[in-house]
Amino acid sequence: MAGEERRSVKLRIDNVKKEYVGEHGTTIALNGVTLDIMENEFICVVGPSGCGKSTLLNVLAGLHEATSGTCYLDGEPIHGTDVKRGVVFQQYALFPWQTVIQNVMFGPMMKRLPKEECLAIARKYIKMVGLEDFENSFPKELSGGMKQRVAIARAYANNPEVLLMDEPFGALDAQTRAQLQSELLKTWEEEKKTCFFITHDVDEAILLAQRVVIMSARPGRIKRIVPIDIPYPRDQGTKSEPEFMRLKAEIWNEVYQEYLEVRK
Amino acid sequence: MKESDEKLKGTKKKITISNKVWLLISFLAAILVWFLLSLGESTGRSFPFIQHTFFEAIPLMAVERNALWGDFASSMICVAAGFALGFITAVPVAFLMAWYVPVRKIIEPWINFIRNIPALAYAPLIVIMVGVGKKPAIILIWICTFMTMCITIYGGIRNIDNTLVKAARVLGANDMDIFFRITLPATVPFIITAVRLGLGAGLTTLLAAESTGAQAGLGMRIRSLSGSFESAPMLLYIIILGIIGLVLNKIVDIVERRLTSWQEKREDQ
Repeated sequence: MAGEERRSVKLRIDNVKKEYVGEHGTTIALNGVTLDIMENEFICVVGPSGCGKSTLLNVLAGLHEATSGTCYLDGEPIHGTDVKRGVVFQQYALFPWQTVIQNVMFGPMMKRLPKEECLAIARKYIKMVGLEDFENSFPKELSGGMKQRVAIARAYANNPEVLLMDEPFGALDAQTRAQLQSELLKTWEEEKKTCFFITHDVDEAILLAQRVVIMSARPGRIKRIVPIDIPYPRDQGTKSEPEFMRLKAEIWNEVYQEYLEVRK
Repeated sequence: MKESDEKLKGTKKKITISNKVWLLISFLAAILVWFLLSLGESTGRSFPFIQHTFFEAIPLMAVERNALWGDFASSMICVAAGFALGFITAVPVAFLMAWYVPVRKIIEPWINFIRNIPALAYAPLIVIMVGVGKKPAIILIWICTFMTMCITIYGGIRNIDNTLVKAARVLGANDMDIFFRITLPATVPFIITAVRLGLGAGLTTLLAAESTGAQAGLGMRIRSLSGSFESAPMLLYIIILGIIGLVLNKIVDIVERRLTSWQEKREDQ
């Protein structure tokens, strides 16, 4: 029974199609995308640039409406943004005129919680990402990795049921990226918050995810779903395991074929 | 080679001149140029040196003709009133232009059309409309500051990073929150730039604004002195205009530093 509960569907993407009407006619960004994301699942979406993975995330976030088809959170159709779905953007999107703590407490403030409570929540998550000493710094004083930590803390501070991450580590250098991956893994292993994570880095996808979704381009659709049966806890060492290597070769090959398709 | 480079840097560092000293040097150099100009036969007629410009012209204008203070006050009132009207109209119009396409499509060409016409050209039209006195001057400054500030603020609003708005939305912000917590603070740097440009526009319009029918004012006085070829008091008034500009700019600098210290800036020396 408990096992069944863990496997309940958290996010359902049901036959989603998204068209953009531009100057040069209509572009189909997504077509017939159907996917069930389970409660507590960590799912990574990989695919070449322009395959619509960011569009899919925007639809899930409620920032874009699907042309047809619907997404559901716990069976409720998604229309518009909601604090139940937290988003971390690649460009950090911190409010530059606010300090670290003001950024992190933004969500709780929007819920009109008392200020003391907002501060307490913010401090908790700033501590989680290890930036206690930078509470009162402005974003311009932080490195890229620190900025993204703040953005992650800010998403967590709203206590979302689902985390949507749009290439969050894409702009970071390799070492910082590895460190943030490890931190995210640790947090997920503790909290098991359902996570929908977009990346173009196959290593990153395999390291983090329970399932990797490979998308094909133009129009964006799901090409294959690869279960990653490497047990947690994982860390950077996981990357040298034979199973990891095997999966990497397999997934990388498929993604590369899609990339070649896009180039045509 | 490297060593000598370092040595060179080392010696350079010892004779680093602070900005304040540079400012003093610049000031002294200007005085020197002025002095040289005053020596010439023809240039001396236009640039009488300090003893004439300050020690003779100030008593003349301030005491004998009792005009200096009145001119200063009158001009400041015109600039302040015109600028204030320009500011309180430019901010909402800029937002309307950024939010509503028809407003932008109609108003932007107007501004681009009028902006390139010297204010002096249409100043008489304003006088014919509202009569002489401070009124036409204020209206003219209003028009010029409005156009400069409106375009600047509008450009700023359009430049706001949309990701910030998205981030605020997914964190639960409603439209009001977005306006007061994202759009407004993100616009502050542009509003300050607009104020800086607006004040400049206000001062440069002053001469045109007071050209027709003003009874007092720095601009009006410069015109009337030019009629009697009194270059020393004219020069005094011109210097006063310059000082007002510098002081206003300094005030904007201080406000800017207080309000937008969060901005990422290139560190220029």
